[in-house]
Amino acid sequence: MTRKQRRLTLIGVAGCVLAVALGLVLYAMNDTIVFFNSPADIQAKSVQPGTRIRLGGLVKEGSVQRGADQQITFEVMDAEAAIKVNYKGLLPDLFREGQGIVAEGILESASVFRADSVLAKHDENYMPREVADALKKQGHWQGEADAAPKTQ
Amino acid sequence: MLVEAGHFALALALGLSLIQFLVPLWGARANDPVLMAVAPTTAVAVFACIAFSFLALTFAYLNSDFSVLNVVQNSHSAKPLIYKISGVWGNHEGSMLLWVLILALFGAVVAISRNSIPMRLQANTLAVQAAVTIAFLLFILTTSNPFTRVVPAALEGQDLNPLLQDPGLAIHPPLLYIGYVGFSISFAFACAALIDGRIDAVWARIVRPWTLGAWAFLTLGIAMGSYWAYYELGWGGWWFWDPVENASLMPWLAGTALVHSTVVMEKRDALKVWTILLAILTFSLSLLGTFLVRSGVLTSVHSFAVDPERGTFILGILILFVGGSLALFAWRAPMLKQGGLFAPVSREGALVVNNLFLATACATVFIGTLYPLALEVLTGEKISVGAPFFNFTFLPLIVPLLLLLPLGQTLAWKRGNFLGTAQRLYAVFGISLLATMVMFAFTYGGPVAAPLGIGLGLYLVLGSLNEIVSRAWSKGTPLAVAWRKARGLPRSAWGTAIAHAGVGLTVIGIAATAWGIEAIGSLKVGERLKGGDYEVRLERVIPRVEANYREEAAVLTVFGNGRELGTLETMKRLYVTRGMPTTEAGILTIGLGQVYASIGDAQPDGSIGVRLYHKPLVLLIWIGSLVMAIGGGISLTDRRLRIGAPAPAKTMPPNAVPAE
Repeated sequence: MTRKQRRLTLIGVAGCVLAVALGLVLYAMNDTIVFFNSPADIQAKSVQPGTRIRLGGLVKEGSVQRGADQQITFEVMDAEAAIKVNYKGLLPDLFREGQGIVAEGILESASVFRADSVLAKHDENYMPREVADALKKQGHWQGEADAAPKTQ
Repeated sequence: MLVEAGHFALALALGLSLIQFLVPLWGARANDPVLMAVAPTTAVAVFACIAFSFLALTFAYLNSDFSVLNVVQNSHSAKPLIYKISGVWGNHEGSMLLWVLILALFGAVVAISRNSIPMRLQANTLAVQAAVTIAFLLFILTTSNPFTRVVPAALEGQDLNPLLQDPGLAIHPPLLYIGYVGFSISFAFACAALIDGRIDAVWARIVRPWTLGAWAFLTLGIAMGSYWAYYELGWGGWWFWDPVENASLMPWLAGTALVHSTVVMEKRDALKVWTILLAILTFSLSLLGTFLVRSGVLTSVHSFAVDPERGTFILGILILFVGGSLALFAWRAPMLKQGGLFAPVSREGALVVNNLFLATACATVFIGTLYPLALEVLTGEKISVGAPFFNFTFLPLIVPLLLLLPLGQTLAWKRGNFLGTAQRLYAVFGISLLATMVMFAFTYGGPVAAPLGIGLGLYLVLGSLNEIVSRAWSKGTPLAVAWRKARGLPRSAWGTAIAHAGVGLTVIGIAATAWGIEAIGSLKVGERLKGGDYEVRLERVIPRVEANYREEAAVLTVFGNGRELGTLETMKRLYVTRGMPTTEAGILTIGLGQVYASIGDAQPDGSIGVRLYHKPLVLLIWIGSLVMAIGGGISLTDRRLRIGAPAPAKTMPPNAVPAE
């Protein structure tokens, strides 16, 4: 093999691997990415039932109902809309009524959401960022009332 | 007083780093040995100053000095001693201090091993290292000062985030940082080579132990973090493709590629420019990880405080060093003497393939991690790129690499024989295939991924074993002779085989998770929950009060196929000071598998929610990582690489090193 052929082999193999990787990335981008929506977004954008989304908002006070075998329903709301969430499993430690959460799952109809995971804040100081931003956008942000004392 | 002294020492370290940066650089330019000799002295002094400063902060924590803001925010007088110590780096300011401490430590070690490194290279390297130190010391002193006082002093502290009150905090961050920051040395050596415009096999021989050491620690750090998340978060997952995890995986992938490419450079004097670029990229990815985790662009338990000023500062550092080093690369790399090309079918060819796949896999993780951030900045649209994306893109790139691994490891240097090599692996391949089919038959109808993955893992382990055996033993060799031959093999050959076997073990552990079983239910005392072959019975719920928390502990008896196997305890804790609840998972280890249970809130009817998992072979995931790191460690003890080892005799041509 001449020097040139060897170099071409290397470039060819590298090109193939990169092309495959690019193809995988583009395909996966179309298929696996999940959009974040607040209840108001779902109405405004009329998200199709059956779509996989992340739903973020506040847990409505008094809406949490526990059924048999850890079957749980609650409502997630923002300033304009609320949506009913069904979930089977253990809720995270910092899940409380009136607090911000992010749930991931399938939108079953315009007002019912089936979650397969529910995330709350990592510790008591922070609101999930998406939820905080969504609330800020709607002008319902009460400031970082419960945030950690700022340094300095 | 001590706190002020610590603050002062940090400022002094900044001043000394400036000297360490400027003087040796000038000395190397002017070829003045006196000026170059300033580098090692100042590097040790900088380390001493930062170490003093770190000890001063530790002392404030030990004494619960609540006149220091950092201690007030992250400590509590009732906190156990181990968390008072580890709490020093369980917050933003302290963890950055640990970061520069390790940075300075690496500089000091390079300074001490002066005999084995050419003077110019050492001077330039320490100067680059000092530049990084300056940037981070400035960051700490201007935006994240851990020594800020509060007046009047607080009576009691606000306690450490309960998720961090775990022995994991004592181990995970130091290991991870030694790995992350260790790559700064490879980076500094690469920049030094570019500044000097000279690079050769000696450079590779000097740099390799540093890279290998950093890589081994990063491996341990990531594995430890993964195990910690597994038992602490109570979700039973060991890897979430969370951006923070990806931030550590990217330097690991690039670092793994770097460890392999330096071998090629050392043995065959080739791949020079690529190795330099890879060294720069690896540390750039470490910096990127620091930015992602520390700036607060991600919400996570790792981002202690959200402060835009800090984020901007780290972004500035990131741009300066990545941009600066890449500009240096673009300017100087064309001047470096290119190494020779080589045959595609050869050990070095295989290592190129390794680099190609690892770098590409790293790029896909990079895209998946940064795309959502970029999209949000550009369009405001919020998306999440989760496990499905990474499984879809990362796995197809890693699996072929793993399939080729035993082949590449067996190929000869320079000119390999593909068929001959494949023949040496017939038996290994056959056994693995057979094992896969048997597992298939026994678990028919179950997940397909598990037998396939375990077969792949087995192939890797046996392939590594085969490599050692075939080099020591051939038909007719008495066992005693074979044993002596095996012991006589270079340590780096052993290290390679062990590290690759570790990869195989981890693959087996990961694949076996497909056989895992999950069950959820509400239990009253005496009731049972069944998950696959395993079953738990809730025995009792015990309330307890400890120094800084109170908890409800559920005691569960575990049955396997009706036989009692033992008990486990899972807790729901409430940390009083922060009013924060946490879940502590209960784990019963059975062989290499685990029965894992965690509890939820108590229900009005007196029952509690229980989540039960059975995870077969799950421990192999972390045992495999440990084995990988041990392999790296053994490779480090190779005579050739020992730091401070005398250089090989001049009469020996570079290619006379026995090919492996």
